[in-house]
Amino acid sequence: MKLLTHNMLTSKIIKGVQQGYPLGITATKVDVKEVDFNPDFVSRMIPKLDWPALCKAAEDVGHSAELPKEVVPEYETNEEFLKKAHHVLLQVEVIEGNLVCPESGRKFPVNNGIPNMLLNEDEV
Amino acid sequence: MSTPLKIPKVLLEQYATTTHIAACMLHTIQTRYGDIEGKLVADLGCGCGVLGVGAAMLGCGYLIGFDIDEDALEIFKGNLKDFEIDNVDLIQTDVNSSLSESNFKKSFDTVIMNPPFGTKHNPGMDMLFLRSALDISSNAVYSLHKTSTREHIKKKASDWGVELEVVAELRFDLPNTYKFHKKQSVDIEVDFIRFSHTAKKRR
Ligand SMILES: C[S@@+](CC[C@H](N)C(=O)[O-])C[C@H]1O[C@@H](n2cnc3c(N)ncnc32)[C@H](O)[C@@H]1O
Repeated sequence: MKLLTHNMLTSKIIKGVQQGYPLGITATKVDVKEVDFNPDFVSRMIPKLDWPALCKAAEDVGHSAELPKEVVPEYETNEEFLKKAHHVLLQVEVIEGNLVCPESGRKFPVNNGIPNMLLNEDEV
Repeated sequence: MSTPLKIPKVLLEQYATTTHIAACMLHTIQTRYGDIEGKLVADLGCGCGVLGVGAAMLGCGYLIGFDIDEDALEIFKGNLKDFEIDNVDLIQTDVNSSLSESNFKKSFDTVIMNPPFGTKHNPGMDMLFLRSALDISSNAVYSLHKTSTREHIKKKASDWGVELEVVAELRFDLPNTYKFHKKQSVDIEVDFIRFSHTAKKRR
């Protein structure tokens, strides 16, 4: 699971959970993979993102040093910024671990890079 | 070639889109509508990823595949490795219960899917998928539905305020994947449909 995906995941469907966002990450295996840099695409993603949640996720997986704490003005033309965002959004990948609901503490396991968000019937 | 699932699970309707049909669909989506290249795409009920892998090959910006079945997702994962695709992520989830409420709301430019058509036991599955797909997309949803249900779908689309275009009529040769299919294969007529959000207000 890449952090771009994580940025959109919530645990709101759990009964009683209000926001369920952002999910905590406790990772036992994190990989960094080379991914082609597409500045236009990254640039288009920036306004859709919850930046503080991305910072928190980067911190959880031990890559916060590589990410600016805030979106810079005129990021569209700032290649250095876009490259850093690209790195944290697309190259850092959680392979094994858990996603943790911030309200209920419910854990969602990540195996082989795939988060399992399925709930039991009594949880929804 | 994507590896097909060895033992399809009947209730999940796990027949795969043939690579030929998938290629034709994706080619049309890109050349006629420009809805793949550079886009954020979701593949609902992605299975082993025939559509998702194809979209990645056509240069989508990023794709997330959603399926309820972990075996199918594992095979998808393997296909990504084989094709050296690195901008696709997979999530195991129930498309019908979890997406509408999530942060995925209107996130995706494009949704592509070959939904389960539904069976005696769970009718209308494709419409549940369609509802979720519309909730998480801002632009267009491409989907396959039985031609016999076209009028019903048209009505739903108009209820939901989305535009519908039948892009092509396909003949789906559902292979004899399940033991209880008596014939070698069953031919059914399927519509390839584009749904689009028409929210663009005129000033
Ligand atoms: C007709 S197959 C299509 C597979 C693949 N997209 C393709 O085109 O080859 C439908 C897929 O939907 C999945 N599915 C069925 N019910 C689901 C649900 N409630 N949530 C998510 N996926 C589901 C099945 O596991 C299966 O992979």
